[in-house]
Amino acid sequence: MDQIEHANQEALRRMLAAEPVLVDVVPASEAIPSLVENTILHAGPPIEWDHMCGPMRGAIAGIAVFEGWAPDIKTAETLAAKGAFEFAPNHEFNAVGPMTGITTRSQPLMVVENRTFGNRAYCTVNEGLGKVMRFGGNDEEVLGRLTWLRDVLGPAMGRALRASDGIELKPLIARGLSMGDEMHQRNVACSGLVLRALAPLLAKTAVSNEILAEALTFIGGNDQFHLNIAMAMGKAIMDPVCGIKASTIVTAMSRNGTEFGIRVSGTGNHWFIAPVEMPQGLYFAGFTEADANPDMGDSTIIETVGLGGFAMGASPAVAGFVGAGSASDAANYTRTMAEIVIGENPEWTIPMLDNLGVPTGIDVRLVVETGIAPTINTGIAHREPGIGQVGAGVVQAPLACFERALIAIAEELDVK
Amino acid sequence: MVADPKTNELFKGELSVINVGLEGFAVDLIERNVRVVHVDWSPPGRGNPNLADLLSKLGS
Repeated sequence: MDQIEHANQEALRRMLAAEPVLVDVVPASEAIPSLVENTILHAGPPIEWDHMCGPMRGAIAGIAVFEGWAPDIKTAETLAAKGAFEFAPNHEFNAVGPMTGITTRSQPLMVVENRTFGNRAYCTVNEGLGKVMRFGGNDEEVLGRLTWLRDVLGPAMGRALRASDGIELKPLIARGLSMGDEMHQRNVACSGLVLRALAPLLAKTAVSNEILAEALTFIGGNDQFHLNIAMAMGKAIMDPVCGIKASTIVTAMSRNGTEFGIRVSGTGNHWFIAPVEMPQGLYFAGFTEADANPDMGDSTIIETVGLGGFAMGASPAVAGFVGAGSASDAANYTRTMAEIVIGENPEWTIPMLDNLGVPTGIDVRLVVETGIAPTINTGIAHREPGIGQVGAGVVQAPLACFERALIAIAEELDVK
Repeated sequence: MVADPKTNELFKGELSVINVGLEGFAVDLIERNVRVVHVDWSPPGRGNPNLADLLSKLGS
């Protein structure tokens, strides 16, 4: 159908033309003025308290205490159950968040500007590994770290970035792919590259050597520091692709721990939803599949732009980490994802695959026709709140989301 | 049923098989040292005729 082909080519053009730059870190209330008191943004499609999984509830209770909306976790849970807080998806505020994806007004948000289209997208600062809020953690250690991010690291990064032209992310990702990252479960190279760019700026703008040392130590000690930057980048790339009439290109994939949702360019901000799947993967010592929570997070924006599971071929190390097999298996993941997209990204290439560009532009029609679901690399949270990450694995996007989207697009175009 | 003589002829030589769809057939042949190329394929729309019809009209 010519109308769809033209619309999809325009969608692909916008994706490839994007120029995402990390430009600032600011309080969420400044980045998103409509994010008011008692409003909590979360990962995935819309969901209410009654249907939320354990880690999501744990993170919400924790952030309510952090924001001063409740004196303790138990009271926060009671207030949430009584409807004291408004819940909304990050995606509806130009934002994204990993795992539980909790965003509230006083948290610092990293700002990525897409200089081609002038839009901005936001994501919180990565907290590190272990017991963290994105996996449902909410004890003193977790809230203490969030306080430090808000009061120390966020302002320091903001000063540093504002003293520069920002950090261009497209070339950084290109280098990261050649260094073995796929930007979802492996960000060790890109985190190092970010630190290399940020360190002199932090030094130039530091208010004390002590704060500088703390900032450098924190960033340098977190292999996943770049994940949240890549997510804001993905959102900044995809937002200008929304709303192209007749386009069947996926603009967002996301999960809230209960449901998986996708958005498609031609149907604007509508969510197509299906029950989320369980990740298949490897577990940390002492944990098993019985401990795992269903898949969760906005981080699938990484796959939406052609990275993560789509770029597995660049990252044999991650294939082992998520239990996806050997180096040749990793290459096969990327080749398989190439069957459900309309193009490849000539600026993000995979040296090990003869410089194949990462598969770009997921077409709902191709997913439904082939039955090949997008492959997602993911962290696995414990199903109980407050425990944290228990493993890493691979999960498939539910085909039902794509089938529903296909039907909606047909109705939109009056095709029966 | 009488076998087609050409079919009988086929099985006298070395087989090279392209298996489309269910992988189990390919696995069985591989275990018998038959050369097989497996094509991972399933009916469009997981066999749902309505989805297949829409796909044909939307030009996937």
